[in-house]
Amino acid sequence: MKQFLLDGQPVPFEDGQSILEAARQAGHYIPSLCWHKDFPAHGSCKLCIVKAAGRHVSACATPAKEGWEVESATPEMNGERRALLQMLFVEGNHFCPSCEKSGNCELQALGYEYEMLTSRFRHFYPDRPVDASHPDVLLDFNRCIFCELCVRASRDVDGKAVFALTGRGINKHLVVNAESGRLGDTDFSKDDLAARICPVGVILRKGPGFAVPIGERTYDGQSIREQKLKEEES
Amino acid sequence: MSFELETAANREGLRRVAIDPVSRVEGHGKVTLLLDDAGHVKEARLHIVEFRGFEKFIQGRPYWEVPVMVQRLCGICPVSHHLAAAKALDPVVGALTVTPTADKIRRLMHYGQILQSHALHFFHLASPDLLFGFDSPVQQRNIVGVAGAWPEVAKKGVLLRKFGQEVIRITTGKRVHGTGAVPGGVNRSLTAAERDELLAEADRMIEWSHEAVHLARQLHEANAALYDDFGLFRSHLLSLVRADGALDLYDGHLRLRDARGQIVRDAIPCADYDQHIVEEVKSWSYMKFPFIKELGPTRGWYKVGPLARVQNCDFIPSPLAEVERQDFIARGEGEPIHAPLAYHWARMIEMLHAAEIIRGLLDDPDLLSDQRMAGGPRGREGVGIIEAPRGTLIHHYRVGEDDLVSYCNLIVSTTHNNQAMNEAVRQVARRYLDGRQLTEGLLNHIEVAIRAFDPCLSCATHALGKMPMVVELRGADGALLDSAERGG
Repeated sequence: MKQFLLDGQPVPFEDGQSILEAARQAGHYIPSLCWHKDFPAHGSCKLCIVKAAGRHVSACATPAKEGWEVESATPEMNGERRALLQMLFVEGNHFCPSCEKSGNCELQALGYEYEMLTSRFRHFYPDRPVDASHPDVLLDFNRCIFCELCVRASRDVDGKAVFALTGRGINKHLVVNAESGRLGDTDFSKDDLAARICPVGVILRKGPGFAVPIGERTYDGQSIREQKLKEEES
Repeated sequence: MSFELETAANREGLRRVAIDPVSRVEGHGKVTLLLDDAGHVKEARLHIVEFRGFEKFIQGRPYWEVPVMVQRLCGICPVSHHLAAAKALDPVVGALTVTPTADKIRRLMHYGQILQSHALHFFHLASPDLLFGFDSPVQQRNIVGVAGAWPEVAKKGVLLRKFGQEVIRITTGKRVHGTGAVPGGVNRSLTAAERDELLAEADRMIEWSHEAVHLARQLHEANAALYDDFGLFRSHLLSLVRADGALDLYDGHLRLRDARGQIVRDAIPCADYDQHIVEEVKSWSYMKFPFIKELGPTRGWYKVGPLARVQNCDFIPSPLAEVERQDFIARGEGEPIHAPLAYHWARMIEMLHAAEIIRGLLDDPDLLSDQRMAGGPRGREGVGIIEAPRGTLIHHYRVGEDDLVSYCNLIVSTTHNNQAMNEAVRQVARRYLDGRQLTEGLLNHIEVAIRAFDPCLSCATHALGKMPMVVELRGADGALLDSAERGG
């Protein structure tokens, strides 16, 4: 079987597999936020950045190649990941202490995983009002990281195309596909895949806030590294 | 309106002395004194100089975030805000009564909070003044000094607080800023192992709390002339009491006594608080001044907290604390005790009560039940009132059809005591500072008076958008060139 070296460890792969897929399958963790096994690679969050053949590439979007030497868990790569996380945190309004997603949030878990102790950059403090028009689901745009998982799930699985990203560069933002721009004016349902795929705290079920106590949330007792590798095994 | 010594008749030429910051209290405040050439006090004010604004930015947030968000008002008594918010929002999810399990776990959490906060205040913040003397060397006047001179006292204080923090951790998931209470109930019960962990220490906490009551009492009685007179002023007393008149720090109705001990308002339902309590804003402090509407700002101000509660209730529903309450009341010889330094004694009686309540609750099997949540037809408004360690704490919310908070009003324990603390400061300034050469020890007398109330200044500043303001433009010679004013 073909293989490449990930931080010096041999990783077998099949033709067409990305570096990230092959690594996870072999029990090696490369972080990600926008990647999901059921969707094509997106390559937007850049958390899976690795150095392959001397170049920075997104591990989720780069097919593995025989004999490559890939650097991932190095101080250099992890430092860059930490900087990316810091930029994601300052770009939105991520107030973990009162966020229902706290403990289940992948962005927060990665902050811990990569020992992000400060936001380092100037906060943007964008003004992003919440959308509470839907009876069952709250949209809190303050926490959006533009991974487009909800966009893809709604369009490709739910068949509704409720969400889209609009604007460019620093003005990019998530919008709802309705004349009013309000979720309550779409056919979005709490049972849609898009309602439960958000890795952060944008799309939240109304009502049962903080029903799961501290200590019983996904990343309370295990790191995101352990959790994601466990998911890969099952 | 203005009280005596609140504002000098003519402020020109007066010497300004500032105690900034006031130390060994929660939050940031300062005291300013204006003195004439002979050292006579012409003005004395306790200013709250920090600003929070929770009432404003909680608007537009989903209601279920509120108990978790508003507890960040404070790192000392977050549980009080957490529970007051959850109580206020119970009707919003239709839980007009919560389950016995939820009620008891919330009470356990609350009395754990009372115990740790009272221990923190008495041993860490106040005892250095009381044990060493108000004008003892400043290097000694701290908990490290107490640990050196009275190691057993300091150790018990630290461990009492630790026990209270453990109760909070077990009921909320964290020692500070957990998530135990949710609108409609609680999110976790106790396991038998957690209950047993607390049971192993609970009797010792009662014993040590009992000793603390006796220590506070001995300090008071050993220097009765000072303790009975220091910063003395008379005022109404406000607190929650249970329907049968018992001390209840978690729930009940509002009762107001006048300065002579007569009940002048009783059985006020929590939801009606705003028909009786209004707040006045003054230009020189971020903390508002509440008073009883029918009595007006001159006569209607009051004090809250342990001194008010222990004397406002008819009895304490735990045996050891009730005996201590009776001894305390007897000292008043038929009149309420208004001495600010008596707060310490009353506070320790409450700490003993909290330890007894915790011990009693730990025998209750409901703590282990999974019947945690209640619900019913949704409501749109709720008021939650709780007796926080420092006094009556009021949370009031309205929630829109979209589940977002549309209105928030918080009247925090320390805010109720604003006028009372200012009165105590002025009394001490008159009695001890007037006409004398000011020293650090003398200025500490002012802080001792403030500390007696155990104020939490950071909790109490929410006057966003309501603050009256005067902006003056002065030339290099000090002459007023222009001014602009905004009313409250």
